[in-house]
Amino acid sequence: MREIVAKRIGEVVKKLCVEANTNLSEDVAEAIKKALNKEKSPTGQEILRQIQNNAGVAWREKLPLCQDCGLVIVFVEVGQEVHIIDGTIEEAVNNGVRDGYKDGYLRKSAAKDPVKRGNTGDNTPAIIHTEIVPGENIKIRLLTKGGGAENCSAIRMFKPTSTKEEINNFILETVEKAGPNACPPIIVGVGVGGTFDYAALLAKKSLLRQVGERNSDKETAEWENELLVKINKTGIGPMGLGGTTTALAVQIEKYPCHISSLPVAVNIECHAHRYKEAFI
Amino acid sequence: MKSVIQKIQSPITDQAVKALNIGDKVLISGKIIVARDSAHQLFGKNLPFKPRGATLYYASPSPTRKGQIIGSIGPTTSTRMDRFTPDLLKLGVKITIGKGYRGKEVIAAMKKYKAAYLVVPGGIAAANSKYIKKSTVIAYPDLGSEAVLELEVVDFPAIVAIDSKGHDLFVQGKKKYSVK
Repeated sequence: MREIVAKRIGEVVKKLCVEANTNLSEDVAEAIKKALNKEKSPTGQEILRQIQNNAGVAWREKLPLCQDCGLVIVFVEVGQEVHIIDGTIEEAVNNGVRDGYKDGYLRKSAAKDPVKRGNTGDNTPAIIHTEIVPGENIKIRLLTKGGGAENCSAIRMFKPTSTKEEINNFILETVEKAGPNACPPIIVGVGVGGTFDYAALLAKKSLLRQVGERNSDKETAEWENELLVKINKTGIGPMGLGGTTTALAVQIEKYPCHISSLPVAVNIECHAHRYKEAFI
Repeated sequence: MKSVIQKIQSPITDQAVKALNIGDKVLISGKIIVARDSAHQLFGKNLPFKPRGATLYYASPSPTRKGQIIGSIGPTTSTRMDRFTPDLLKLGVKITIGKGYRGKEVIAAMKKYKAAYLVVPGGIAAANSKYIKKSTVIAYPDLGSEAVLELEVVDFPAIVAIDSKGHDLFVQGKKKYSVK
């Protein structure tokens, strides 16, 4: 049994919030670079260059990459040999978010009530997913997600007899509808299977991969490639002004489901993909 | 579609707005009003700024660090402001700036009142804060990051997405690069 003080989790979350918002991850930078080499539209190229330049300014001046510093989504994988003391995971994570957003001069984008609105003022509460895993470590995977792209996400319950083509059409339809609003070039997270809620979680979890990392299942990896080609043929392009880079990657996660169901969720992520992880 | 670089002053004249064409790169100097969802809801008849020739930017910055002019600032999704836009164009607003599509009613009002819609790429908010020389809260300070700001900008870059003739770069650009 390993004891971990809850406060330690908060400190890590705080650091990850600031890093995710100000330091563009290498995998995203690499994906943008690759896209720039292939982009055919001059306006599209110009936008991709601006994205590269912005990452430099943000890093040097400790400014957020995007003014929408997102709602914080935290996946906490707790080793079953770990005993958390002096507090709870939930408190610790929210304390970390609160401190990170205050000290990091990050915009607070959490509405207090979904209908009556108002701002919680400190960007809490975070969306927290905990999972018990083997071992005596804690892994924290943190995503700060902007509202524009999240709003373009969709879910549909297909029939078990639906074809792959019908699913592809739904995903393409979602991307087309999102168009410029999702801040393309986007990352398309797809969850296939499970239940209504679990498909959406799978879609979100697919975004935790390194950008462009293919699914370990060969057939699913090929499906990802096939969809990426289709999406980049739409012509939507960077910021929707036309071009050959609409998506940087398609990332699919699958799970078994009920014999009557085939849920498919599409979680759209903007090019300012802010993700960091750490071990305790 | 031949795109050119145009330097413009804001508030802008009718003539200068009419000269903007889709795909043009625009460098704006002068005053820009920043407002988004909550401020639009509060606008009503007494606007906290002079609408004639005004440029309205849909945004809300991250907090300002000590010694700096403003935090990171980039556009939010314009569609959410569509329901308020025709009335504002009628009052004389000439340029709106944001990201993403505009609705049919907005485009029709843009043609009618001769206005342009510009796009600033989303997610490049750190770099875009560098064109801002002054920022003042002019209304609704209680809204926090959604308060109405007046910015003084120099050579603030944007791209004309929909012009006063109703041409739409989202439609034309997509068509040009789509592969069947």
